[in-house]
Amino acid sequence: MATTADQFQGHVADHGHDHGHDHPGFFARWFMSTNHKDIGTMYLIFAIIAGIIGGAFSGMMRVELAEPGIQYLDMFAKWFGAENPDFTTTLHTWNVLITAHGLIMVFFMVMPAIIGGFGNWFVPIMIGAPDMAFPRMNNISFWLTVAGFISLLCSAFVPGGTGLGAGTGWTVYAPLSTYGSPGPAVDFGIFALHLSGAGSIMGAINFITTIFNMRAPGMTLHKMPLFVWSVLVTAFLLLLSLPVLAAAITMLLTDRNFGTTFFDPAGGGDPVLYQHLFWFFGHPEVYIMILPGFGIISQIISTFSKKPVFGYLGMAYAMVAIGVVGFIVWAHHMYSTGLSVNTKMYFTAATMVIAVPTGVKIFSWIATMWGGSMEFKSPMIWAIGFIFLFTVGGVTGVVLANGGVDDNLHDTYYVVAHFHYVLSLGAVTALFAGFYYWFPKMSGKMHSEFLSYVHFAVFFVGVNMIFFPMHFLGMQGMPRRYPDYPEAFTYWNHIATIGYMVMAASLVVWFVNIAYAFLAGRKAEDNYWGEGATTLEWTLTSPPPFHQFETLPVIEEAAHH
Amino acid sequence: MASLSPPHDVTSQAAQTRRRNRKVGLIGLSMALGMLALGFAAVPLYRIFCQVTGYGGTTQRVDGATAQSVQVAARPMSIRFDANVAHDMPWNFKPLQTTHDITVGQRDMALFEATNTSDKPVTGTASFNVEPEQAAKYFNKIQCFCFTQQTLQPGETVKMPVLYYVDPAILGDEDNKDVEQITLSYTFHLNEVQTSPADAKGLDRIAAGS
Repeated sequence: MATTADQFQGHVADHGHDHGHDHPGFFARWFMSTNHKDIGTMYLIFAIIAGIIGGAFSGMMRVELAEPGIQYLDMFAKWFGAENPDFTTTLHTWNVLITAHGLIMVFFMVMPAIIGGFGNWFVPIMIGAPDMAFPRMNNISFWLTVAGFISLLCSAFVPGGTGLGAGTGWTVYAPLSTYGSPGPAVDFGIFALHLSGAGSIMGAINFITTIFNMRAPGMTLHKMPLFVWSVLVTAFLLLLSLPVLAAAITMLLTDRNFGTTFFDPAGGGDPVLYQHLFWFFGHPEVYIMILPGFGIISQIISTFSKKPVFGYLGMAYAMVAIGVVGFIVWAHHMYSTGLSVNTKMYFTAATMVIAVPTGVKIFSWIATMWGGSMEFKSPMIWAIGFIFLFTVGGVTGVVLANGGVDDNLHDTYYVVAHFHYVLSLGAVTALFAGFYYWFPKMSGKMHSEFLSYVHFAVFFVGVNMIFFPMHFLGMQGMPRRYPDYPEAFTYWNHIATIGYMVMAASLVVWFVNIAYAFLAGRKAEDNYWGEGATTLEWTLTSPPPFHQFETLPVIEEAAHH
Repeated sequence: MASLSPPHDVTSQAAQTRRRNRKVGLIGLSMALGMLALGFAAVPLYRIFCQVTGYGGTTQRVDGATAQSVQVAARPMSIRFDANVAHDMPWNFKPLQTTHDITVGQRDMALFEATNTSDKPVTGTASFNVEPEQAAKYFNKIQCFCFTQQTLQPGETVKMPVLYYVDPAILGDEDNKDVEQITLSYTFHLNEVQTSPADAKGLDRIAAGS
């Protein structure tokens, strides 16, 4: 009986508590936040800031690549604090740029935005949960990511071997990252990966627990919106792949500082082992970046076709299949390390298999649109752009999957074109689609549809100008990771650099659009996209209340996916 | 007791959710820790995998008795020798023969020569590899300087032997049917530069010489 009494008292205390923390002060609300929507907002703002920095680095690279020869690297080296840089230091600056661009865009832009931002904001709402399962761990995840980013920025200003900053590439291959890069810069970089990795693992545990335990009554796994499915699969990928990266970079750290020889042949180690460990993480990582994008696109296509997604179960399990197969294809990044013919054959076949569930998704999106009552609002435009761009990247992926073809294309601009079509264009286009889809829900203000169309048109032209010519350059044999090239490559490189400026101009339109929304935007209704938007976030006000679903919603049998 | 509590008791439901969350969270955490452990376990597993399969050009090691029982096949094979030193190794290291023409199964000895060009005693270990890699599991070493650490005094030159044979089983392997030459490559790595009395003597010698 004592139990009952305790529960009763607990109930009363709970009520008193509810009214206490509705209006926390600025510091308490944003720095000590346990609210999934506030944390999601912070992730999005953080990702925008990191994206601007990472994008600026790519602009520095494009401006240097506009003409053959070295024009601007000296100046960039001085910006990072090198006094009178010699030729080696200048070239080191290039390596620092490619490294920082890769790490920032992967770990501090796409992942925080798509998982931390949209995932935090909409997974709890879409499954009818009041908040995440572990709200305080959610807060730790975010601030670990910020700390990791600061550690990475610090690395640019300390010695990294031949110059300031870590110049190892985002893959941090040994031996370049071990005895090839003395000085603390690479240590700072590794520390950044440790911190943001720990944050992501905690975030993954949080999402898995939330999705398994906190669904509203009637919200079965097979009724969850596809965005929630995508985040669930992504969380499992994070949980199973990031610790392997943690192990690999911890071994790097001890090889660098404590005399171990995990990756050093002098003591019986093998640098190729590092590549195996890295890509065992690295391949699932590329699906971690794109799967939530798949989820966002599914929601948008369904909303603006005003019908449920075609082949819902096929769509959900296609993502599961992509996630599972994604763990057994890692060595297709390592075709040139001397794999045997049989190993190459296996990894070629396994990699190509991924095209099947991916094809299921592409065709199901098209089938969803087919016969739908389509409306070309801004998110839909971006989503259709995504399907096109991702398919182009997917097709070049099937080309590169061939071990024999890759012998020729490995580490050329063809590879750069491929992964930017699926990530820079694919994942980022999905991010913008999700942004225009949900921005009024998050902010309560409508953006300008006109500016969104302009943003899309300019962005689409810009990114294709940057990356499509890289296919030609790669097939002609232009290698990645060099600041200079022979005259013959000038034409397409010049066009790519102009494309970068076009893309950058589109971002100005985007910022103007955000400013417009906050200064002059109409107030957003609860469901501003109309009858096609059927998931639970559209039952709430825009923006949603600080705490939603105090009474859990009950999902009826006939509910749409 | 459970049946006594009211069905809509929010607090007990919250407590139950918390318990279930903790359980799922701990399962998730243990999965992450398991993968972390697997990441480290990859190091010994990888080494064993390479030794067993000859993967990545890891040669095989046999004792003399096994080597005695090997039948010599009629097929000729050329063996090419290659020697390198790591970036921080103060030695000259070269093979004393470029190639040897042997028959498969025949035991052969190749000689390498190393000179310590520094003024300190230096200990090194040689790592080894064969190309093409698929021939590695048939490349058997009976004796090799690479099995142990080698120490050279300042200026000392030594000849180092390798006793090896190519397993006739290679003739039945589809992947090796075109192989007519196998390259055996060594790289000497620096283990230790000794700062013993010998070291002091070395310095004296230089002082006296100059």
